[in-house]
Amino acid sequence: MSEKKDMDLTLKIWRQKDAQDKGQMVNYPVKSISPDSSFLEMLDVLNEDLVNKGDEPVAFDHDCREGICGMCSLYINGEAHGPDRKVTTCQLHMRKFKDGDTITIEPWRANAFPVLKDLVVDRSSFDRIQQAGGFISVNTSGNTQDANAIPISKIDADNAMDAATCIGCGACVATCKNASAMLFVSAKVAQFSLLPQGKVERKERVLNMVHQMDLEGFGNCTNTGACEVECPKGISLENIAIMNTEYLKASISKKA
Amino acid sequence: MSILDSKVPEGPIKDKWTKHKNDINLVNPANKRHIDIIVVGTGLAGGSAAASLAEMGYNVKAFAYQDSPRRAHSIAAQGGINAAKNYQNDGDSNYRLFYDTVKGGDYRSREANVYRLAEVSGNIIDQCVAQGVPFAREYGGLLDNRSFGGVLVSRTFYAKGQTGQQLLLGAYSAMNRQIGKGKITMYNRHEMLDLVKIDGKARGIIARDLVTGKIEKHSAHAVVIASGGYGNVFFLSTNAMGSNATAAWKIHKKGAFFANPCYTQIHPTCIPRSGDHQSKLTLMSESLRNDGRIWVPKHMKDVEAIRAGKLKPTEIEEENRDYYLERRYPAFGNLVPRDVASRAAKERCDAGYGVNATGEAVYLDFKSAINRYGNEKAHVLGIHNPSDAKIIELGEGVIEAKYGNLFQMYEKIVDQNPYKTPMMIYPAVHYTMGGIWVDYNLMTTVPGCYAIGEANFSDHGANRLGASALMQGLADGYFVLPYTIGDYLSNEIRTGEIPTDSKEFNDAEKEVSDRLEKLVNIKGTKSVDYFHKKLGLIMWNNAGMARNATELKEAIDKIKAIREEFWKDVRVSGSTNSFNPELVKAGRVADFLELGELFARDALDRNESCGGHFREESVELDGEQKGEAKRDDVNYKYVAAWEFTGEPSEAILHKEELEFNDIELKQRSYK
Repeated sequence: MSEKKDMDLTLKIWRQKDAQDKGQMVNYPVKSISPDSSFLEMLDVLNEDLVNKGDEPVAFDHDCREGICGMCSLYINGEAHGPDRKVTTCQLHMRKFKDGDTITIEPWRANAFPVLKDLVVDRSSFDRIQQAGGFISVNTSGNTQDANAIPISKIDADNAMDAATCIGCGACVATCKNASAMLFVSAKVAQFSLLPQGKVERKERVLNMVHQMDLEGFGNCTNTGACEVECPKGISLENIAIMNTEYLKASISKKA
Repeated sequence: MSILDSKVPEGPIKDKWTKHKNDINLVNPANKRHIDIIVVGTGLAGGSAAASLAEMGYNVKAFAYQDSPRRAHSIAAQGGINAAKNYQNDGDSNYRLFYDTVKGGDYRSREANVYRLAEVSGNIIDQCVAQGVPFAREYGGLLDNRSFGGVLVSRTFYAKGQTGQQLLLGAYSAMNRQIGKGKITMYNRHEMLDLVKIDGKARGIIARDLVTGKIEKHSAHAVVIASGGYGNVFFLSTNAMGSNATAAWKIHKKGAFFANPCYTQIHPTCIPRSGDHQSKLTLMSESLRNDGRIWVPKHMKDVEAIRAGKLKPTEIEEENRDYYLERRYPAFGNLVPRDVASRAAKERCDAGYGVNATGEAVYLDFKSAINRYGNEKAHVLGIHNPSDAKIIELGEGVIEAKYGNLFQMYEKIVDQNPYKTPMMIYPAVHYTMGGIWVDYNLMTTVPGCYAIGEANFSDHGANRLGASALMQGLADGYFVLPYTIGDYLSNEIRTGEIPTDSKEFNDAEKEVSDRLEKLVNIKGTKSVDYFHKKLGLIMWNNAGMARNATELKEAIDKIKAIREEFWKDVRVSGSTNSFNPELVKAGRVADFLELGELFARDALDRNESCGGHFREESVELDGEQKGEAKRDDVNYKYVAAWEFTGEPSEAILHKEELEFNDIELKQRSYK
């Protein structure tokens, strides 16, 4: 357990009643926060205070609180998921802050992620990109071939797994100055292009997913690499290179 | 005899499922287009069911309270998924998987369902690989397996420590394909708040759009509940914050019997609570017990010194440590099943030997393993007379390769380095084996209403084996329900679209709206969490790892009192027609306050110790097993299915007697 003492903090939080509201930053003091509590538990304390005072609590997305569901977000002191690396906000602990700190908390900011309320944004654009091609077209049946019928090299399987660990939180978009979704989209494209099962539909997949990404209003990639730095799961920029290759190949052969 | 008909087919156990599939009615493809199915929940069971039903041609409406189907809590499962593939050629078979699951469940599950589960387990792996799930592989390119607690074969398939995530993303991708085709209509950020019955049949649901607060009526020819378990009745659990029992509880109140609510799995290796701010508990994979040794100090003065910060655990000599699992269970040691390990930790902590400030923690120590692996590695590398520092360095490397991500997670949360000082662990509520009663077709006692995955009761008996939850969720969703639901729906092909302007729909909608209005208008003095924590504490203390009649009776009275207080004094801010997380939480806690009472009632009825359910009145009094759990097959070899009558604890008990024709009932022994 941390040896540090409990902390008093000032929170500057984005409050916005609904999608139509203009919104503004509001200051809230919080007292006696344990350094062993998580960032979201600190917000729980604030909300309990607000409810007890008869005020409306701050809305924020969260669910599993163990860093895997991808529901939590928050732009903390100018960084997606806060100052720690390779963690989501729910796994960020208050020992990363000091007594007396002022902490700025904003929602993800991107045209394709409109704010619904306070710190909650709508990420359904991510789902629509997956619906455009983030799958292998195989029906459920008890008669697919045996799982060991096609050997897959361990390296390919491991690389596919690394790409597949994306939790779809949107930190990459939030942190990118262009609000580009390239890291998110490329992780799925790369996963399937590395596996024999995914190769059959690789051309349609990459073209359709990129098309949908553009329709949703995400920006272009200018290779600043900020997404990789802030990604809580360490998804590699290499996936973007793989996707660009896939896209180029598909575009050329489609036209031919 | 009771009114429960399990509809288990006749014939030898290995032929039942094949025979049943041949006998049941089918719906022709042209007619499927005119049939709507609602699926509530998009975890492994709900997601796989929604995708499969849509592929078959039904119109599916899927509901999730999260912002995307990919967030369902199945995603957090770490270890793996069992399947009787026998790829390791170690003698595995459908029968062995069936046997292990029934035995692991302490002979309180339905044989025919479990056999079917084992039978389709291999198909699940085939299906997931075809979908692009990147399971771990060996260098030859074939699938790798690991071994899990309580069994003698290696049958667990895995994807790093994120198997649940990968399987769920597989089901999610199958759903996405159908959403793209318009065969699934997805309702994200929606919560089911009631079941609508017309002429006794399930005909739809009332749901609330969590963003706008709008109450919606949705009709369908069948309703599938795949909303997971009810572990959050304990407030603190390894479940997600939003995991709730509302859908299951609402159908219970509309006539679906609730089976074995008291069967809860308490997982022994979780990170302990650090203080009152705690909102949830984090699980550390059970695999750690393969190399960690569990202990507490032998002497109270050492415990006190540790709590006062004057002594470090590494400073306590071997002879002053109590490796209580090795002491009590020399045959299985630190690898006893989950329920036994959990109770033993509680026993030591209740006796005052807990090693952190809350008194609820024991040590999980890797020092012996680090030394052992370090020596082995030195030998392999040809280093003679290695220094102690070298051994530790090499040993830590081996441990890191095996458990690196878990050690890192522990360090992030607790801020201590588990390579250098023992981990602290404590049991936490993890999974609920009990759930909605279903027959062999997975239909509840309400015609047209089904329950799958953790939401039903059927396959794990009184205790679930590791890596079996993922298997059951996907078996139900991909391979069982899509067949069995046709038997009922074949009678619905002439029904046509079901209008939602009927009296039944309007009444249900009004009831839901009135209840929400009531919640925001109580304008009391205490927050929702205040009541949830209070309930959780009673559940943990009176109905947790070890129970007795006196405390359970007390729990029933106390829960009733909290519920009364809740409806008088809860404060829910905001309005009903807006994005209002407090209101959502209030509705869920109101249901937990009823479910908790039935839980205690069921635990009180079952005066035996079995699986995860330990009754202090039912222990072995002498012999080698003295003090251990005593199962009572003469009096309690049944499924307790409760019928709601108004007050949760006044539910009527219906018994489904369990028959074991293919497995001999035995006492578990780990001594």
